[in-house]
Amino acid sequence: MTILIRKGHIIDPSQGIDGIGEILIEDGKIIEIILEAKRGKGQRAKGKERDSELRTVDASGLYVLPGLVDMHTHLREPGYEYKETIKSGTGAAVRGGFTTVCAMPNTNPVNDNSSVTEFIIRKAVQEGSCAVYPIGAITKLQKGEELAEIGIMCDEGCVAFSDDGRPVMNSELMKKALEYSKIFNVPIISHCEDRDLSEGGVMNSGLLSITLGLRGIPPEAEEVMVARDIALAGLTRGRLHIAHVSTEGSVRLIRLAKEAGIAVTAETCPHYFSITEAAVKGYNTNAKVNPPLRTEKDVEAIKDGLKDGIIDAIATDHAPHHRDDKLQEFDKAPFGISGIETALSLSLKLVHNGILSLSRLVEKMTLNPSTILRIDKGTLKVGADADIVIIDMKRQFRVEPDKFVSKGKNTPFEGRVLKGMPVLTICKGRVFDIA
Amino acid sequence: MSRELLNNKEMDRAITRMAHEIIERNKGIEQICFVGIQRGGVHLSSRLSAKIKDIEGVDLPVGSLDISLYRDDVGIRKGQPVVRKTDILFDITGKKVVLVDDVLFTGRSIRAALDALMDMGRPDAIQLGVLIDRGHRELPIKADYVGKNIPTSLSEKIKVQLKEEGMEDRVMLIQGKRD
Amino acid sequence: MTAECTFKSKDLLGIKELSKDEIALILDTASGFRDVLRRDIKKVPALRGKTAVNLFFEPSTRTRTSFELAEKRLSLDVLNLSVTTSSVVKGETLMDTALNVQALGADFMVIRHPSSGVPHLLSGNIKASVINAGDGTNEHPTQALLDAFTIMEKKGRIEGLRVAIVGDILHSRVAKSNIYLLTKFGAEVRLIGPPTLVPKRLEQLGVKTFYDMETGLKDADVIMMLRIQMERQDRGFFPSTLEYSRYWGLNMERLSLADKEAIVMHPGPMNRGLEIASDVADGPRSVILEQVTNGIAVRMAVMYLLGGVRG
Repeated sequence: MTILIRKGHIIDPSQGIDGIGEILIEDGKIIEIILEAKRGKGQRAKGKERDSELRTVDASGLYVLPGLVDMHTHLREPGYEYKETIKSGTGAAVRGGFTTVCAMPNTNPVNDNSSVTEFIIRKAVQEGSCAVYPIGAITKLQKGEELAEIGIMCDEGCVAFSDDGRPVMNSELMKKALEYSKIFNVPIISHCEDRDLSEGGVMNSGLLSITLGLRGIPPEAEEVMVARDIALAGLTRGRLHIAHVSTEGSVRLIRLAKEAGIAVTAETCPHYFSITEAAVKGYNTNAKVNPPLRTEKDVEAIKDGLKDGIIDAIATDHAPHHRDDKLQEFDKAPFGISGIETALSLSLKLVHNGILSLSRLVEKMTLNPSTILRIDKGTLKVGADADIVIIDMKRQFRVEPDKFVSKGKNTPFEGRVLKGMPVLTICKGRVFDIA
Repeated sequence: MSRELLNNKEMDRAITRMAHEIIERNKGIEQICFVGIQRGGVHLSSRLSAKIKDIEGVDLPVGSLDISLYRDDVGIRKGQPVVRKTDILFDITGKKVVLVDDVLFTGRSIRAALDALMDMGRPDAIQLGVLIDRGHRELPIKADYVGKNIPTSLSEKIKVQLKEEGMEDRVMLIQGKRD
Repeated sequence: MTAECTFKSKDLLGIKELSKDEIALILDTASGFRDVLRRDIKKVPALRGKTAVNLFFEPSTRTRTSFELAEKRLSLDVLNLSVTTSSVVKGETLMDTALNVQALGADFMVIRHPSSGVPHLLSGNIKASVINAGDGTNEHPTQALLDAFTIMEKKGRIEGLRVAIVGDILHSRVAKSNIYLLTKFGAEVRLIGPPTLVPKRLEQLGVKTFYDMETGLKDADVIMMLRIQMERQDRGFFPSTLEYSRYWGLNMERLSLADKEAIVMHPGPMNRGLEIASDVADGPRSVILEQVTNGIAVRMAVMYLLGGVRG
């Protein structure tokens, strides 16, 4: 099957492309890109006059981007299939414009050994809509006590290691993880949270947590660990990636670390630059997430961090939960937002508001995560997998969780009207019409 | 559309007559006390008591009764009636209580008032005085003293204005819309 | 001068959610019930035929019995469900418990729960009137209402009064509800206690914070003492009850710093000799037992008024 995408505005930061052109896809690979500005008169992509199996996509007025790469996804399988499966989670990813997702290891059993890794990869090939790269646990059972078999899991296909959902509280062990993982050239993704400072916390700590009577998680719970991990990365020269940055202080610390030349990268998630702790009011468990939603000044600092390149990537931290899980006491309800179907639209607001150019945004959602993980994704280079998303920057829609492909309907953005959305996603040549 | 049923002179005459009837019927004023139903009944009680003082030279006790807690339409009506003061600073046990209301209509308020009085003591007798009896009883209740009987249709309304509430004394019949 | 009054909400979730007018209406209505409670026959048929379920997920004698008596005096049928006897211990979810209670025909659900926000969760999912009888460290609205009623009874007003609240403000739902109510009515609210339990940022609510009794109590018209919970010591909020008592306990000497006519309140149960000395608790300035009596009248008023919202 041959696909020709015509007349779209192509943006590919990996090649510095930003202009109208055509992309030709054959057998799931990109075989040609012709930019209008460069091509000679009358020159068309080769496939144009080829076989009848040609599908032509008219992308005029639309943007054509590399398929998005989410380096932080909870697919819940194995173990929590009632919350999400590899099938439903990758389906949701595609609907959100993502063609690559990285599955966090906090499944049941935990992805702390090669058989779970192998299971996820096999299941993704059989049932998944897009590419799935597993992330292995740093420590066995994510207990923070002994290192998991990082090397074997790397061989099996894990692209990074994280005890996401839990911090590695033991600094000595974290140091060893950063040191040991160097030989496999994989990043250690740190969920930064000092468990003593955050103990029992369910939202950001501040006046609002006091007046709601909810136990707070202070920003310092994150920042103390960001500082520790940066120090350890400096010491070990290991590759540290800070997950879901949520506070002004963390941005400041990462800025200092980068200035000092320490190998640290960082991601944030759309909810940390879109809404504040105010979303929790009324005890909305769909706004319960870890790290918690913070304040206006943190939101501004995150945006600055993205603008200045201190924060390298935007990930979703897609954390689907069943309705019954969230329909509980606020204290009891699990943390997490089902975010993969709203991530792109929420991020496009940064472009609409002039904080990032579209090209910079795309970089943070494609090229940068791929570079951090060293995977051949997030690019439209000839020969690469045909992972593409076509987006309509102007189209508006209302967030309706009931229409999510994800099993998790837990979003604090319900009812919001967002501008800009994917209309077509292509994963290795497979076309998914979205809208 | 409204029509005056009683002017201030006529109202005063009716109250005077009721006061005389109370004395006559009870062969004096021994053990008599007044309890007015909030709100109109309270002012009328005071007036009856004042009339009797003019005639007999004795102050009879006057109390006010709020019946909202004894109504039978909780959950039928939207909103709750405002709970007003029940102020009966004397023991009604052994007394002849003259219960006073401005308008007697279905009889449901009087039923509620009787229940409320029973919860406060055991009077020897309870008699009922009303300024206007407009008919349409839904319960077997009859007034002992009536200022004026006025046959009405259900769509009409009776409005009793009293000077204690800052208006001129008079009773109006307000024409309602026919269904 | 309207003859009827309607509440915006079918539920009483907290003082935060109430307007000043609504609070004033509750307090006015409560004084009618206070009269009823002085009679020989203390029961009225106002809510006859309706059912109240007291759903208590936390041990409580005082609040539960107060609600129960209030309900009985309104002629409600009363069902008490406490966590130890309910199926919660069998792993039933809160929502399932609540839906089952609703299926029993509850018109009122009085709920106490250790998690903040539980009444709000039920409110949106249950048809019955939900009444918050204390949720986590959020609010205890009927306590603040009965405190306000008691202050009105003793002082005739709230506006302009200097009210000192002493103790574990951070974790006290009683303090929270009182802060919201008293500031709505224009009282000068002073919070006194150790910095670990009296966060400075509460001043954003329009109150003053003090770490020492001597300045905080000066010329106070009302002193509200809070119960100090032993588990706070275990979690390091203060080093020992002895030390707490030395700095923040109310004794006669400290009481003398307050206004001569100051009243002393306590939501109970008291730790005598810890946050409050016996001679203060039993002394002439104490209105602690009147608070208990007023609690019934206030709870009757709340249920009576909410009873009119449905239908």
